[in-house]
Amino acid sequence: MIDWIFAFLQTVGFVFLAPLMAGWVKWLKCRLQNRQGPVPWQPYRDLLRLSRKQVVLADTASPVFRIAPYIVFSVTVVAVSVVPIISVQLPTAALADVIVLVGFLALARFFLSLAGMDIGTAFGGMGSSREVTISSLAEPALLMALFTLSMNASSTNLSIVIAHLVQSPFVLYPSLIFSSMGFILVAIAETGRIPIDNPATHLELTMIHEAMILEYSGRHLAMMEWAAMLKLTLYSVLIANLIVPWGVGMTLAPRALIIGSLSITCKLVLLGGFLAVSETVQAKMRLFRAPQYLGLAFILSLLGMMSHIILEVR
Amino acid sequence: MDPTMSLPLAQWAVFFSFLSAILPLLFLRRPYLLVRIAFLFLGIAGIASAWAGATALLTNHVEQIILPLGLPWLHVFLRTDPLSGFFLFIVGLITFIIACYGPAYVRAHIGGPCPIGCLTFFTGLFAGGMMLVLLAADAYSFMIAWEFMSVASYFLVAYQHDQAENRSAAFIYLLMAVVGGAFILLAFGVLAGFCGSFSFAAMAAAQVSPAWSTIAFLLAFIGFGMKAGIVPLHVWLPLAHPVAPSHISALMSGVMLKVAIYGFIRFVYGLLGGIQWQWGVLVLLTGAASAVLGVLYALMQHDLKRLLAYHSVENIGIIYIGLGLSMIFQATGHMEIAALALIAALYHCLNHAVFKSLLFLGAGDVLQQSHQHDMEKMGGLIRIMPVTAVCFLVGCISISALPPFNGFVSEWLTFQAALQGTVLRSGILNAMIPVASAILALTGALAAACFVKVYGVIFLGRPRSLQAAGTQETSFGMRFAQILLALCCLIFGLFPTWVVHAINVIPARLLGVGLSKVADNGWLWLAPVSKQTASYGAIPVLIGLLVSWFIVFIFLHDPRQDNRIRIAPAWDCGFGPLTPRMQYTSSAFAMPIRRVFSFVWSIFEKIEPARQGKGPRYSLQITDWVWLIIYLPLGKLILKLAERTSRIQGGNLRVYLSYSFFTLLFLLWVIV
Repeated sequence: MIDWIFAFLQTVGFVFLAPLMAGWVKWLKCRLQNRQGPVPWQPYRDLLRLSRKQVVLADTASPVFRIAPYIVFSVTVVAVSVVPIISVQLPTAALADVIVLVGFLALARFFLSLAGMDIGTAFGGMGSSREVTISSLAEPALLMALFTLSMNASSTNLSIVIAHLVQSPFVLYPSLIFSSMGFILVAIAETGRIPIDNPATHLELTMIHEAMILEYSGRHLAMMEWAAMLKLTLYSVLIANLIVPWGVGMTLAPRALIIGSLSITCKLVLLGGFLAVSETVQAKMRLFRAPQYLGLAFILSLLGMMSHIILEVR
Repeated sequence: MDPTMSLPLAQWAVFFSFLSAILPLLFLRRPYLLVRIAFLFLGIAGIASAWAGATALLTNHVEQIILPLGLPWLHVFLRTDPLSGFFLFIVGLITFIIACYGPAYVRAHIGGPCPIGCLTFFTGLFAGGMMLVLLAADAYSFMIAWEFMSVASYFLVAYQHDQAENRSAAFIYLLMAVVGGAFILLAFGVLAGFCGSFSFAAMAAAQVSPAWSTIAFLLAFIGFGMKAGIVPLHVWLPLAHPVAPSHISALMSGVMLKVAIYGFIRFVYGLLGGIQWQWGVLVLLTGAASAVLGVLYALMQHDLKRLLAYHSVENIGIIYIGLGLSMIFQATGHMEIAALALIAALYHCLNHAVFKSLLFLGAGDVLQQSHQHDMEKMGGLIRIMPVTAVCFLVGCISISALPPFNGFVSEWLTFQAALQGTVLRSGILNAMIPVASAILALTGALAAACFVKVYGVIFLGRPRSLQAAGTQETSFGMRFAQILLALCCLIFGLFPTWVVHAINVIPARLLGVGLSKVADNGWLWLAPVSKQTASYGAIPVLIGLLVSWFIVFIFLHDPRQDNRIRIAPAWDCGFGPLTPRMQYTSSAFAMPIRRVFSFVWSIFEKIEPARQGKGPRYSLQITDWVWLIIYLPLGKLILKLAERTSRIQGGNLRVYLSYSFFTLLFLLWVIV
């Protein structure tokens, strides 16, 4: 029972702390670019403001447009709840393994893209079309990378995979290197960051995510934005706990939990720093360069899996 | 359930199907009564077949009789066992739902150029033929039933034969069905040559040399593959499915392709035995190619039913991936994983039958109401046909393999089987299985992209033509059928453990091993190998979704503030008034993917610049490479050969008589 309560609390805590990650990256990026930048807790103010505003709905909107924010948000929350963040003793991890996790993210994206198509504006269709193109290339790479990591533990249950990674002695396997690289590339693409998409711009012909949620307002927009922040933090946690798993607690003992929370905080702060630096030094690439980028991610993930199966399984 | 009831019930199902074909012919003058009677009996046949199938599957019982029909040394053997029971259930379920859908749908054809009695007659024969294929337990009656099914469905495809396009599609379908039938006949011939009998029991016991069994396998692979629609034998599917009436497309795509899969499984696992891993590799690679090419071709279509037909190619590919994995694992002695892969393939057969029928019925609904085949002219139908729209959405989510609906479960099981590939000790196999799973992942993602396009263009947005704007919701029977299928999608997605537990007896019979631990964790948890390896709880996931939905709803609807929604024109970044022509069309939506994978299609794209009085024109033509590379050259070759052969046709009677004489002499020489 206690572990179910822990899972619930962890999910709630994660949902409420995730905007901080987005705020931190934004603040740091501004600082790196010699700008003042909003304070890291600015996303909370934005979300609060949006949730208080009245919803203005386009007259061409169908019910799909109205339920999409709820589905996108709650699916992302469920996806968050199955990922071990502080401790691997997470009963919800058995509900959904990595394949289901990828399925959740795909389901959220499905409704997000449908919402983009719903109003009948050219911007929405453009965003949806680009989103599904990019994700249809990114998703196989993501699955391959996750499969490679999970094959080490011969399980697709995230708790067991991470526990296995923590307990086994650290060796820099070739499969780990390849699939981590592939995974990071995919994570950048899937969370809509530079060089694939630019989260800071509106009204640019290159935009993807922003184009789909252009017609949203009020609490609907708040949910969409919040879900995007959750997704960013979720991918960061996956990178942190699958590639550098140390510090994740093995039990629910207070000591393990404290170490776990401290380590994940440090990892996320560092990862946010890396993201801010990489977004500062890079430019966004043309849309039709993105397939090459994602092709590289796919090849890396496939190489990771091949090298695991051919070289490492004995 | 009385286990011995399965075979008599199944026979009643066949009888009622044939009755639904013949009896209505008495009422040709009263078409409305004719349609009612035909579909009433078809529905009874469907229920009987589903009941018989469920009985055979759940009681795990084999029942056989020999009918005193045919030649004295060639009786008709009929048999039900769990495998045929499972497929009988699929056939029965879909037939029953078609019978609910049919009356209202077919009414539109009354008074049309084609007689309605023709349609119901061949529908009955078609359904009865499919059930007979599943019951047949000897090669002779199997082939008769198989050809029954093929020929009846040819007449259904050719039903609206007043258009030349339909006639040529039906002709190609018939041609491929006949060639496929010949291959199957030859495959049975190889086995019959070794055992000297036509009954399946004797064939299963026959000792076939490895070389001959490979030949028999290849013949069966091509023969059944032609009906199932694997690449490159799929070309009849996208031609035949769009021109048949929609409920027939649902039967053909949802059920007839499954009957072909049944034939393949029965032949390879039941009759041939001694599976070699090379066969599995062939099946796996063909399946992977079919899956990814099917979905890529589907993405480029803007005729809704042709798009769905290409998706059948994709899904058959996924089923073949499961079968290929199962054959590889079986040949290398990993029986439990082979059982898992076989279960995944069978589960996908069930799921595909359900969601593809749902989508075809929805498509029929949309086509009948909007009189449009072309997606580019639809739009905004969700406001006009809400029930169809919701059911179609369920179908879209299911076919895109998204949780918590049924399509996801079978793909999840296939992935789980592929992930066990590390137990194999052969380098080439080890390298192949990850590639297959990568292709499966790519297929799933592309399918989701395709169905965002389908749903977004047809049901969302604003109407792109006047017909689309004048559409209305359909009659009760059609909606009822779709609601039933949508519920099936949800149920088979939420209770996977029960389904897997029921199917588990099939590998137990075919391979000798079932999944031992599938029910160990209770019905909530689907854990095919062990809970340590992987588990999926569909119901808790759904509850979690609903709980978080509820919490966020409460959280955001503060009673102290005004939560009303204001309706206003779309913002669109402040640009001018929107027209429906500004929306993304189906071709525009798929453009980035077309550019990324441009090597897959033969694309002919032309832009004519604007001239006086005329705007610019854009034309796009996308052709299947398979046509250009294989079928067109083959057709030319056959015509050329026919021309050469026709030289011996001199028109002189004496020459013809001498041909017969020399043939006779030659035959005598051969025999003596």
